[in-house]
Amino acid sequence: MHDLILAIMSKYNYWIYIVLLMIGLYAMMVKKNLVKKIIGMNILQTAIILFYISVSAKKDGTLPIIIHGPHAGHHPVRAADYINPLPHVLMLTAIVVAVATLGVALALAIKVYQQYGTLDEDEIHTRIRK
Amino acid sequence: MKIIGFIIVLLCGGLLAYATSDFPYWGDPASPASMHVSAYYIENAVADTSVPNIVTAVLADYRGYDTMFETAVIFSAAIACFFLLRIFTPESSQSKLYRHIPTGITLRIAPGGKLPEKSDTFERIDSSWVPHDLIIKTACRLFIPFIQIFGLYVIAHGHHSPGGGFQGGVILGASIILFAVSNDLRSTISRMGEKITAFLCSAGVFIYAGTGALCILLGANFLDYGALASLMGVDPVSARSHGILIVEIGVGITVMAVMVSLYYILSSGGQLDEGL
Repeated sequence: MHDLILAIMSKYNYWIYIVLLMIGLYAMMVKKNLVKKIIGMNILQTAIILFYISVSAKKDGTLPIIIHGPHAGHHPVRAADYINPLPHVLMLTAIVVAVATLGVALALAIKVYQQYGTLDEDEIHTRIRK
Repeated sequence: MKIIGFIIVLLCGGLLAYATSDFPYWGDPASPASMHVSAYYIENAVADTSVPNIVTAVLADYRGYDTMFETAVIFSAAIACFFLLRIFTPESSQSKLYRHIPTGITLRIAPGGKLPEKSDTFERIDSSWVPHDLIIKTACRLFIPFIQIFGLYVIAHGHHSPGGGFQGGVILGASIILFAVSNDLRSTISRMGEKITAFLCSAGVFIYAGTGALCILLGANFLDYGALASLMGVDPVSARSHGILIVEIGVGITVMAVMVSLYYILSSGGQLDEGL
């Protein structure tokens, strides 16, 4: 039992991302309202971003900006001193793309609302069949 | 449907939780993601590009193609929103609301009715009626210049501190959206029109791709900023730093214009007449 709790606690970042991803996936699949589906998509994207950022962390590592300046002195750069910059770069662009997809998704939702007068999925289906 | 969805979500979460046992511990310096190429970036970024912020160096130099097409993605998102929602309605087809400023009386002008002449006594207001909001307008007028200065600082100082084109562009776009929220959409569009936002959207992508093409003309590979050294009169390593700055400015312009045009189109339902 003690080992199990230790295993969970030492990897809690993964558990948080799994819970967020499950919430987002559930909202995308089950919710009937289109805006709630879009919110679910955003929660899922946030889970992925959290996963990448937490993978990039290093114990005793500082943020990935090389210490510089007139008083910083010269010392060799060791990779273990700085956290991994690559996931940060990937997620920086992923956040912007998330905003862009959110914009397009909201535009589609507005268009659907203008056409059918509702955002409820079942209602839209019945109105399409008419 | 709810139960099926719940079972699928549980299965998915169970699989991910099962895979967690193979993942590295939190903060492990020897995790697989930190082993291969990232160590090279950390140890050589300053020597290669003279940019201390490794994220900026990787974003605009080592992974320049990725960022260029990322910029193209948000550009095409703005274009997609424009095509989905933008509608051009004739000016006189809707009823409009005007407020007589000295008395506070609101007039509704029917479609085709005679509009009051442009003067200081009448102002156009949105159909969702809004009261006078002197405090909000004044406070936002005081805030906006400082927000814009900060946005420019974040773009220009992205080499040495956290920041860069994406973040600074979003801050600049947010300042203009704040103006549109605190005043109204029409007065914002009269300052920063739809054509200007569309021009800036494409100008940023053009600056980025044009910098890359300039490197080809100077005899290097696409986006190999070291070739710009002969134009700038500096050594190739600081030419990379300057090339990154040019590219970040292009990214900032595109991101700002995309944020603003997305807000214009989404908040007004494509009419660009009455916003939030």
